[in-house]
Order: sequence, then C-alpha cells, then structure tokens
Amino acid sequence: MNNTYVKFIAVLVLIAAAPFFLPLFHINLLSEILILAIFALSLNVMMGYAGMVSLGHAAFFGTGAYAAGIMAQNASANMIFTLAGAVVLSLVLAGIVGLFCMKVSGFYFLMLTLAFSQMVYSFVYQANQWTGGSNGLSGIPSPVLFGFSFSNSVWVYYLIGLIFLLIFAGLRVLVKSPFGQILIGIRENETRLKSMGYNTSMYKYAAFIISGVIGGMSGALYTYFNGFIAPSDVYWTMSGTVLIMVLVGGAGTMTGPVLGAALIVLLETVVAAYTDMWMLILGSVFIIFVIFFPSGIHGILQDTLNKWQKPKLNPDVKSVKREQI
Amino acid sequence: MECILKVDGVSKQFGGLEILKDLSFHVNKGERIGIIGPNGAGKSTFFNLLTGDLAPSKGNVFYKDKDITTEPNYKRARRGIVRTFQKNNLLVPLTVLDNLLLVLQRKHGISRTWFKIRNQKQYETLYNEADELLQRWGLKHQRNVKVESLSYGEQRQIEIMLGVATNPDVLLLDEPTAGMSQSETNYIVQLLHELPKDLTLMIIEHDLEVIFGIAERMIVLYDKHILIDDSPDVVRKDPQVNQIYIGTEGAV
Ligand SMILES: Nc1ncnc2c1ncn2[C@@H]1O[C@H](COP(=O)(O)OP(=O)(O)O)[C@@H](O)[C@H]1O
Ligand SMILES: [Mg+2]
Repeated sequence: MNNTYVKFIAVLVLIAAAPFFLPLFHINLLSEILILAIFALSLNVMMGYAGMVSLGHAAFFGTGAYAAGIMAQNASANMIFTLAGAVVLSLVLAGIVGLFCMKVSGFYFLMLTLAFSQMVYSFVYQANQWTGGSNGLSGIPSPVLFGFSFSNSVWVYYLIGLIFLLIFAGLRVLVKSPFGQILIGIRENETRLKSMGYNTSMYKYAAFIISGVIGGMSGALYTYFNGFIAPSDVYWTMSGTVLIMVLVGGAGTMTGPVLGAALIVLLETVVAAYTDMWMLILGSVFIIFVIFFPSGIHGILQDTLNKWQKPKLNPDVKSVKREQI
Repeated sequence: MECILKVDGVSKQFGGLEILKDLSFHVNKGERIGIIGPNGAGKSTFFNLLTGDLAPSKGNVFYKDKDITTEPNYKRARRGIVRTFQKNNLLVPLTVLDNLLLVLQRKHGISRTWFKIRNQKQYETLYNEADELLQRWGLKHQRNVKVESLSYGEQRQIEIMLGVATNPDVLLLDEPTAGMSQSETNYIVQLLHELPKDLTLMIIEHDLEVIFGIAERMIVLYDKHILIDDSPDVVRKDPQVNQIYIGTEGAV
C-alpha cells in the first residue's frame, strides 16, 4: 500500500468516525464543507486544470439543487431519481452553454459564463410556480433510497461523505490520467497542444461538461442537506465564492479546493456570529491570498512540508542555470 | 518520386500587406529542403500556411494529393505535418518528461483515457519510449527537471525533440539552432542527420553552414516570391543571393 491509499483511508476513517465525537452542529458544518468541497472540486477541473476561469459556476449548482428539489416535491423523493435528474439537467445545460463558451477564451469566457449564469438566475426568479421565485423552495422532502429515508442529519452526512469520497477519488484519477494531463497541457500552452495534434476544443468542452455535471451533483446534495433552496444559491456571488474557495485553497491541485471550501465555510460561520460584513471579510481574505500566497493553502502546506522533510537545497542552482544562456 | 506536399498559387496578406504572393512548388517524399531569405521575408509565415496555423489568402495546399487548405492545424499534425517553433514554445512549468509524454501519448492512442493514472507502471511502453528519446537527445539527466529551469540551448533541444518524437512524415524546423552555442548546434545537426531517410525535412535557418550541410535543395524567399529553387551549389554561387542575403548577414 502506498502513501495515497493510506491518506485516503485515514480521511475515510475520520469522516466515518466524526459523528461519534462531534456534536450535531459540527456534523452539519462538516456536511456543508463537504458539499462545497465537491462544488469547488468541480470548478477546479475546468479552472484549475484546463485553465478556463468561470464566473458562472453557480448556474450548475443551482440547476442541480432546483432539479432535485422540484422533483422531490412534485414527483418522488427517490434519491436515484432526483440525483439522476440533477445530473441530466446540468449535463444538458453544460452541453449547451459549453458550445457557446468554447468559442471564446480568457476574459470573454469569464463574461460569457457570468452572462449565462445570470440568465439561469433570472429564469429561477421568474418561474415561481416551479421554483418559488424569490422565496425559494422550502420543505423539500428528505431523499429516500431503497425505502430508507435520510431524515436524520447524521445519515445525510454519511451520504454526503460517501459521495464526496467517490468523487474525490474519481477526479484524482481523472486529473492524473492521460486525459487530465492534456487539460494541464492546454492550460499551460494551448498552441503547442494543437501542434501536437490535439483537438483542444474538444478536451476543453469535455472538461466544461465534467465540471458542470459534478457542480450539479453538489447542488443536489445541498438540497438533500438543507431541505431548502434560495435563488441566491444561483446568484453570481455564489459563483464568486466558489471561485475564491478554489483560489484560496490552491487551483490545479486536488486538496486545495477542499481546504479552501473548509476555510471559507468555517470563516463564515465564525464571522457571522460577530458581524454581518461577511463579503468585506471574504474579499480581504481573497486579496491577502492573491498577494501573499498565490499558490493557496495547498502551497503553504507544501512549502512547510518541504522545509521539514529535507535540509535546504542549494538555492542558487536554479539561478545559475538561467544565467548560462 | 512521390509528391508529399504541393503548394499551388498560395498568397498571404496581413490586412492590406502582402507577404507572400503566388507561391507554387512540390516537395517529394524524403527531400531535405533548406529555406533562406532575409528577416521578414515570410519564411515563418510560409510554415504557418503549411501547418494550418494560418490560412492562405489565396491558393491551395495539398498533402499526398489531398486538398488540406481548410484543415485545422491539429488535424494536419495528425497526418504527420509537424513543426517546431522559431521561439521556444514549450510547457515550461512541466518537466521535460511530461512535455515529451504529452507528445507520445497521442501516438500511443491513449489520450482519451481518463480512468487510469498515467505512470510508469500503467504505461510501461510509453515511458520506455520517452526514456529512449531522452537518452538519444542527451537529456536523460534532465528528465524530471522543469523546462523553465533549463538553459536556453537545452530548451531549444527539447523544442526540436518534441517535433521529432511524433515520427512525422514532414518535419518543419523553424530556425532550429537559433541562439544555440556552437557545440549545441553541432549536436543538433548530427541528430538531424540521423533522422530516417524517408522523413521529409524543411528547415529555415540563418546559419548557412548548418543549412548547406543538411539541405539537398534550397529555396530562397525574397520580395514575396521564390527567388531560387535549386541545389545548394547554385544558391551558394548566385550573385543576387550573395548580395541580398549573405551580404546583409555578413560573411559566410
Ligand atoms: N500574424 C501576423 N499578423 C500580421 N503580420 C504578421 C503576422 N505574422 C507575420 N507578420 C508579418 O509578416 C512578415 C513576415 O514575417 P515572418 O514570416 O515571421 O518572416 P521571417 O520568418 O521570414 O523572418 C513580417 O513583416 C511580419 O511582421
Ligand atoms: Mg521567422
């Protein structure tokens, strides 16, 4: 067994054991962190790995959340049914939006994703016989799986924990696979990848769809957890928040978005008790990271570990090489 | 002889500015062609038209009798028309090995695999091929070093190695030895001589010693046209070339 499996099993055991020694309030907090961690991981596929920065990712979260919520209220709370609904709807949305967004890049991509997500937001706001409009959807029944109802928040927590572990493991393989390496290549130098014979648009489109679908799944989980959805979950500030989670945690890494989600959720919980200037504080955290720790929490941890593990290498090796030119 | 590449009446304008006008010629399989011309003559532009990085304003490009004028660059690369860049164009934050693996994994047909981690154990033949190439190109000791921390000359070497690694049919080298030291240049020239005989090579180069050593046919681009398309000996002796090209570049 190598290091990765050990770490993975340690996290699995921690997630499984948490309800035995943490109060319910903290378990709910953990559920929220894990949901947003999945959401941040999903954005990270296209943003951190393929280099496509989106400011509209809440559209997928909201689509998944509303799809699961509306289906549970109007048809059946069967989880396979509602989760499949969330996946299919976010897949369709990502498939359509992606077609347009793939035509542009950089700043224009950012603006286009923002525009599409605001369209989804205004749709949610208008279609109030389905979505409850500005009031949102409340009293959504708990998900049911094989006759078992997840009405207890600890069971919901386990459900979320399990899905988190599956998605994390799956994405970890994906980003390290040949496919994932192409996404990294596109991020670093798309021109070169084309010259190597890669149809980069197709890979970017695939990454966009994977991001959208997993984003939709995190939204569905949020509905299971909360029993309530508000239109603000589709608003662009939600897209901004998840973007900050990825950047603060460390884009283009697997643990980064998880740590970023944890930091932001914890911070919000602590701060909300004292002040309502949450956005101001979130903004400050973001600025501090961008300026002082551009590689995020993951980068800080990595540096600390490196310092611990090996004595300092000769720092001049690199600069000498450069000067040989 | 088998014609592999044909250019028929190709022109290129940028805005109103005409860079190349009505170029036509054939390339036979396995030919070694040197392209020279003063700076700004449109040599790199010409390569861009062959690779599909730019579309011609007029005319057609044929590959093995197939019209590929409108084909995007990645499709032409898959057909085997592969280029290297005048300015190093690498994935600099990645290691030398990772740069190379990206080239090789498409050849091995595993690029769409997303359910298997790419490592030495899972993809042994892929890694072995990469290691062989690194060995041949004298870059084995830099295998796991990030490209950005290598010297300019080594980066240049990788630029060319990535082109060769795909086993192209037609290899277009845009000033491969630019900025290299004499010993690095010699090393590259030797490796270019070792390329398979059926590989078609077109090489833009300012170092005339290098190009006369490799090319068996020379194309001189001047004033939007092909001024000369003949053997290196003819080009060497041509008074006009001496005046417009060699004269401005200094002594040979
Ligand atoms: N993408 C472009 N847009 C506009 N002008 C260009 C472009 N690429 C090249 N040129 C112009 O075309 C001319 C030929 O350039 P180039 O092909 O790079 O010459 P060479 O490689 O022979 O030195 C130059 O004047 C250059 O400024
Ligand atoms: Mg040039």
